[in-house]
Amino acid sequence: MTTADIVLAVLLGIVKSAVLLVCLLVFIAFALYADRKVWAAVQLRRGPNVVGPFGLLQSFADLTKFFLKEPVIPASANKGIFLLAPLVFATVSLAAWAVIPLAEGWAVADINVGILYIFAVSSLGIYGVIMGGWASNSKYPFLGALRSTAQMVSYEVSIGFVIVTVLMCAGSLNLSRIVAAQDTRIGLFGWYWLWLFPMFVVFFISAMAETNRPPFDLPEAESELVAGYMVEYSSTPFLMFMLGEYVAIMTMCALGTILFLGGWLSPIPFPPFTWVPGLVWFVGKASLLFFMIAMVKAFVPRYRYDQLMRLGWKVFLPVSLVMVVVVAAVLKLTGLVPVST
Amino acid sequence: MTALFFYLFSAIAVASGVMVIASRNPVQSVLFLILAFVNAAGLFLILGAEFLAMILVVVYVGAVAVLFLFVVMMLDVDFAELRQGFQHYLPVGGLIGLIFLIEILLVVSTWVASPEALRVPIAALPPAEAITNTEALGRVLYTRFSYFFQASGLILLVAMIGAIVLTLRDRVGVKRQNIAVQVARTPGEAVDLRRVPSRQGVDA
Repeated sequence: MTTADIVLAVLLGIVKSAVLLVCLLVFIAFALYADRKVWAAVQLRRGPNVVGPFGLLQSFADLTKFFLKEPVIPASANKGIFLLAPLVFATVSLAAWAVIPLAEGWAVADINVGILYIFAVSSLGIYGVIMGGWASNSKYPFLGALRSTAQMVSYEVSIGFVIVTVLMCAGSLNLSRIVAAQDTRIGLFGWYWLWLFPMFVVFFISAMAETNRPPFDLPEAESELVAGYMVEYSSTPFLMFMLGEYVAIMTMCALGTILFLGGWLSPIPFPPFTWVPGLVWFVGKASLLFFMIAMVKAFVPRYRYDQLMRLGWKVFLPVSLVMVVVVAAVLKLTGLVPVST
Repeated sequence: MTALFFYLFSAIAVASGVMVIASRNPVQSVLFLILAFVNAAGLFLILGAEFLAMILVVVYVGAVAVLFLFVVMMLDVDFAELRQGFQHYLPVGGLIGLIFLIEILLVVSTWVASPEALRVPIAALPPAEAITNTEALGRVLYTRFSYFFQASGLILLVAMIGAIVLTLRDRVGVKRQNIAVQVARTPGEAVDLRRVPSRQGVDA
């Protein structure tokens, strides 16, 4: 490889990442709006409807507001870590998107251990929360951070086992290969949501707990902790936390799409449905998952903390552990073990 | 290109390693430790050991260091006070450190891998370009070294159960919830509907 090739490859990588980031952030702005609209609709309210047609530009107005406000740093806070925390949180959640294949061959980095990379990077998000909670040097943020960390660490375990079962069926850690393994002649009935339905349920609930979404938003339970680890944050740093949270939710939606809903594959495996670009299917499926998460937020009351921990350790962990063994046994006995290429 | 990244990662790893012991604030020490872990993962990536790199991040950064940080954050230790005896302990500590350094140098400089050990990985190693290194590791761990692998798993299990047994205590007088009982409750036994006559009320 000559120097010119390397420079070209690096430039191409930068351009790809930049395009992906811009598209992702714009999509998330509208996802945020959709989230609020769904929530409002369930509660028979109008939701955001002032800025732009149907309130479509509400997220951009909020963004401008956050930028223009004055950031307040508490006097007793550890300044460096206080400002580093939201940056870490947002950066790490955006970094997960580097390996997600949006359509066939459409990943910034199509690496062999893609799923492990996502798992690793999403576990780093905890540091943003815990650093923010500690550096604020205040009671509620600290309690919120402790809760959040315990919650994220607990549910990572069950997500890990869910991923292991999918990996056993797909026979690869590469996200594109996992999607390709679901490409059968029976369309959406060949995807793993049907064959691994209990794991899909476990994944869906764990994803909400992992990203601190309601009904598991205990770290920021406003009735008891004001706003959890974000209490002391204002303006742009707050925006970074908010953004990181929604990016993490979209990451989980994308991951669910790849693992269980066949990624970019068409649900009906013959033309004209297969002519639709894979990106459309991918975005549609991820949006469907996001819609389900938004609906859950609207009509499930918040869990109590001990109930949450019980669910994670006493229900999901044994269930997913047993499923790993059962799936492995079934694959071995039926001879369906994927052959590596 | 590779050399550039190697020096970048290793420089940051060494620097943050120094900062772990040099920084005054214990929380900052742990954060530097995490930085060192992440850079070590980067070095693994350069080696081509992508599975190890990711597992290092998942296990050490994602779980072990979080628990470190947890404990350190909740400790209320005055570290200025701890440092007061520094001058006093320096000779003894320095001597121990020096002995360790000499020992390590002696070991490293006379390192000879036994021919037995060399033969083992060669026999188990499939061609590098044919399969990914995750799969290569899996094949070795679950075939040739499967007993060792299971034994190490068992040791970890024993350690886990031991930790649980040590911290488990059955306190009396604590109200506990039985979730199964709560879930099994029906409206019939939990709610008593009554028609209340006006101005008369009900007797308890």
